[in-house]
Amino acid sequence: MIQLVNLEKAFGDNHVLKGVSVSVSRGEVVVLIGASGSGKSTLLRCVNLLEVPDSGEIWIDGVEVTAKGVVKHEVRRETGMVFQQFNLFPHKRVIDNITLAPIKVRGMSHKDAAELAMVLLAKVDLAAKARSWPHQLSGGQQQRVAIARALAMQPKVMLFDEVTSALDPGMTGEVLNVMKELAADGMTMIVVTHEMAFAREAGDKIIFMHDGIIVEEGPPSQLLVNPQHDATKDFLSKVL
Amino acid sequence: MRFINFELIFQTLPKLLDGAKLSLLISLFSVVLGVSLGIIVATGRLSKFWPFKAFASAYVAFIRGTPMIVQIFLVYFGLAEFGLTLPAFASGIVALSLNSGAYMGEVFRGGIQSIDIGQTQAGLSLGLSPFQVFTHIVFPQAFRRVIPSMGNEMVTLTKDSSLVNFIGIAELTYRATLIASRTYEYYAMYIGIAIVYFAITFTLSQLLSWLERRMGPYDSVSQSGKGLRR
Repeated sequence: MIQLVNLEKAFGDNHVLKGVSVSVSRGEVVVLIGASGSGKSTLLRCVNLLEVPDSGEIWIDGVEVTAKGVVKHEVRRETGMVFQQFNLFPHKRVIDNITLAPIKVRGMSHKDAAELAMVLLAKVDLAAKARSWPHQLSGGQQQRVAIARALAMQPKVMLFDEVTSALDPGMTGEVLNVMKELAADGMTMIVVTHEMAFAREAGDKIIFMHDGIIVEEGPPSQLLVNPQHDATKDFLSKVL
Repeated sequence: MRFINFELIFQTLPKLLDGAKLSLLISLFSVVLGVSLGIIVATGRLSKFWPFKAFASAYVAFIRGTPMIVQIFLVYFGLAEFGLTLPAFASGIVALSLNSGAYMGEVFRGGIQSIDIGQTQAGLSLGLSPFQVFTHIVFPQAFRRVIPSMGNEMVTLTKDSSLVNFIGIAELTYRATLIASRTYEYYAMYIGIAIVYFAITFTLSQLLSWLERRMGPYDSVSQSGKGLRR
């Protein structure tokens, strides 16, 4: 459903992506791992065009979104993203964080959007916090709201960018559980994470990136247990 | 020997208050126009479209680099040279608005730039257009954050409205000067209008801190703490 073809991206002299190709099928959970600076976050941000690749093609559901004349914010309606720092809108209540995009982008009525938001909040187990302000929530709760907010656009794919890295250790579980449920529901997901347990449990395919290229990819049972390349072995010995 | 001729101040108070009304009116128009212009200038300064950016930057540089009284004269006498004769009242408002717009522009620019880039990215990732991200996410937060410095600029503008007496607008300062030159009670009259100006700006300050308190209960301090960690 998603094809990234030979993507290249440089920030000045820093060549972050050196020809990366990834294919993601519908309902698949792809986990990107690798050291900081390996290019995995940049790759993820290319999928919803928060970063525009210097060359290469991105196809989502049969449409080339890197083609000329494609309106970026129309592409982004179909791709939900959750960030390391949550990025909830601090001036809006939890429910208004969630209903903003469905109302403004999808043209949904306030009533329908609020109903949808309550369903999603129940899904992430935060229905009681609908009227709270973001700063009144814990990090884990904020991140679960951020997931509900992204889901409210009913995206074709969900992108997770190190979503547990800014959380206290005790709060990562609640966020990862929501993600596992999503995966079980059949959501197509691309996940950048350092949580190897999550990768093993929920990932269909793991991609190891090093220095702007994909060194190795495969199912968790293969890549995590029996890595073929030295760089992969080296990385896994540090994080496992 | 009396220190201040309060009797004269009281006697002339109706005339002074008439002038104060005019001062208030000019300030009010100029503040509203100045804030509106400031928002446009700020977007210009932050624009990627270079002619807009260059124009906004040049405008701010010119306003900041020249005295306000010169700007007032330029609008009043200068426009007449091009065949556009504005009444003094309108000239005063135009000049004060143009002046305030530049300073407000810098205030808003700082506010907009202080909003974490993650807010923009989150808005964009939801499919909002860049314009929607600005109007629904970045600007409301920036606006709340700049209320103190915006208030500062409003107070400054209100006081600087006294300069339009030089183009013959019968506002507060003009009337005081007139009465003083007739009675030779300069000291009393300027003490009198000092009190009136203070009453106006003090009320304005109170209004602004009330606005700051009621605009959203979220805590900007805890927010900026998060910014530091990033």
